[in-house]
Amino acid sequence: MDLKIYKRRQLTNRIGLTLSMSAMGLGLFVLLWILFVLLSNGLAALDWAMFTQSTPAPGSEGGGLANAIVGSLMMVLVTAFVSTPIGIFAGVYLAEYGDQSKTAELTRFVTDIMLSAPSIVLGLFVYAVLVAQVQHFSGWAGSLALSLIAVPVVVRTTENMLRLVPGSLREAAFALGAPRWKVSTFITLRAAKSGVMTGLLLALARISGETAPLLFTALNNQFFSTNMNAPMANLPVVIFQFAMSPYDNWVRLAWGGALLITLTVLILNILARVFFREKAQG
Amino acid sequence: MDPIAQASHAPDHNMLSVVKRQRIQDFFFHKITLSFSLLVLFALMGIIISLLINAWPALAKFGFQFIWRVEWDIVNNEFGAAIAIFGTLVSALIALLIAVPLSFGIALFLTETCPTSLRRPLGTAIELLAAVPSIIYGMFGLFIFAPLFAEYGQPALQSTLGQMPIIGSLFGGAMNGVGILAAGIVLAFMIVPFIAAVMRDVFEIVPPILRESAYGLGCTTWEVVRSIVLPYTQKGVIGGVMLGLGRALGETMAVTFVIGNSQRLSASLFSPGTTIASTLANEFGEAADFHLSTLFALGFLLFVITFIVLSAAKIMLIRAEKAKGTKT
Repeated sequence: MDLKIYKRRQLTNRIGLTLSMSAMGLGLFVLLWILFVLLSNGLAALDWAMFTQSTPAPGSEGGGLANAIVGSLMMVLVTAFVSTPIGIFAGVYLAEYGDQSKTAELTRFVTDIMLSAPSIVLGLFVYAVLVAQVQHFSGWAGSLALSLIAVPVVVRTTENMLRLVPGSLREAAFALGAPRWKVSTFITLRAAKSGVMTGLLLALARISGETAPLLFTALNNQFFSTNMNAPMANLPVVIFQFAMSPYDNWVRLAWGGALLITLTVLILNILARVFFREKAQG
Repeated sequence: MDPIAQASHAPDHNMLSVVKRQRIQDFFFHKITLSFSLLVLFALMGIIISLLINAWPALAKFGFQFIWRVEWDIVNNEFGAAIAIFGTLVSALIALLIAVPLSFGIALFLTETCPTSLRRPLGTAIELLAAVPSIIYGMFGLFIFAPLFAEYGQPALQSTLGQMPIIGSLFGGAMNGVGILAAGIVLAFMIVPFIAAVMRDVFEIVPPILRESAYGLGCTTWEVVRSIVLPYTQKGVIGGVMLGLGRALGETMAVTFVIGNSQRLSASLFSPGTTIASTLANEFGEAADFHLSTLFALGFLLFVITFIVLSAAKIMLIRAEKAKGTKT
C-alpha cells in the first residue's frame, strides 16, 4: 500500500520534470529555428548591393536597403541622444530622491507601465501631436515615437543600477561635505557607469526592431534621404512592406533586412550583458 | 576650490558662501531631475488626452455602443469595435493558454533541475528570445509557421478536437494556416520569455530554508514546487502572467502578419480575424476624417485595456516584492 503511494509520487515527479524539460527544449528549439530560418533565407540576400543601393521599385530586380539602413541608423541615433539625458536624469531622481516622495512612486509605476505599453498607440500619439499638426510624416516624428519607448527602459535600468551602489560610498562623500548633486553625478553615477551603459544598449536594442510606432510617424521613403524633416525610410517598415508584397525580389530583401536587424539586436543584447558582467565583477 | 582649506583660512564668511552656493546648486539639481522624471508622467497624460480628443467624434456618435457594435463599414461610416476587441481578446487568451504552462516549465527547469553551470547560458537564451523583434516573429509566422500549420497542425486539430460536440465548431472551416489560432500560437512564443523570466525571478526569492525543509521531509521536486514554491510566489506568478497578457494584447507586428486581417466574426478559430492593433496597422495609413477618428477610438480602447492589465500586473509584483521582505 505504502509502496504504491510512493511509486505514484515518483511517477508524478518524473512526468512533471520531463514536461518542464521539454518546455525548455521547445523554447531553445524555437530560438534556434528562428535563427536558422533567418540565416538560411537572409544570407541569400546579403550582398554588397544591399548596403550600397536603395530599395528597388515594385517588380524590378536588384536594389538594396541602403536608404533604409541609413534612415534607421539616423533615427536610432537621434533617439539615443534625446533619451539618454532624459532617462538618466529621471533615473537619478528616482534613485536619489525617490524614497520619500509620492511623485517618484507614481513616476516609477507609470514608467513600468510604459515599458510594456502597446507601441502602436505611441505611434498614434505622435501622429496626433506632431504629424497631424505639421501635415507631413518625418524622421523627427519617428525618433520621437522611438524615444517614448527608449526613455522608460533607460529610466528603470539607471535607477536599479544606482541603487546597487553601496550606501557607504554615498555616506563617505556626504561626510566629506560634498553637496548632493556632486555625490549623485561624480560618485554614484560614476560608480554605476557600466550598469547605465547596459541600460542604454538594451534601449537601443529594443528600439532598433520596433516597427509599429514608425508606421504612421516616419512612414517610408523609397529614395535615399538624410532629411529628418521628411518621410524617412527605415528597416522595420521596409521589411513589413516588402515581406507582405507579392514580389520575390522584395521578399528576398525583406529576409536580408530581417537578418540584419535580428543580428544587430542580439549582438547589442549580448554586448550589454558581457559589458555589465565584466564591470560588475571587476 | 577645496572647501576645507578655504574654511580654515577665513572661517565664517567663505564657508557660508560655499554652503549657500551648494544649497542653490542642490536646489536646481533636485528640480531639474524632478522635471525630467515628470516628463514621463506628462507623456502618459498627453497620450491619454490626445487619443481621447482625436477619438471624440467617433465616441460621441456611437457612445458606449461602439464597444459591442459589429459593423465595420468604411463606405457608410458605420463602425463598431466588437470584431477587433473579440480578435484581440481571443488571440491573447489562446496565447496565454499555451504560454503559461510552457513558461512555468521553463522557470521550473531553470530554478530546480538545471545544472548550475547551464543556468546562466540557458537563461540568457530565453532572454534573447524576448529580444527578437516582433516583426521577425511575424515573418517567421507567415512564411514558415503558417504553411506547416496548414499542412499538419490544422488537419490534426480538425480530426481530433474538431470532432467533439461543443468545441468542434471552433476547429472547422478552411485550413490555410493564417487565422486567429495561428496568431495566438505565434503570440504565445513571443510572450513565453517574458512570463518565464518573471517566474524564474520570483521562484528564486523563495527562502532556501523553506525549500530545504520540504526536501528534508521527503518531498519530490514536483511536490516542492507545487506545494511550497507556487503558493509562496503566487502573486509574483500572477503578476508575470498579467504582464504577458498585457504584451499579447498590444502586440502589433507578429499578429498582423498571421491573423489574416478580416473584419468578420466567425465561430471557427481557423478563420481570419483582426485585432485592434492590426486594424490600426492596416487601415491607419489610408484612413481619413471620421474613419481616422474611429481608429483613434480603437487605439484609446486598447490603451485603456492594456493599462488596466499592466497596472494589475504591477500591483501584484509589488506585493510579491514586499512579501519577500517580510516573510523570510
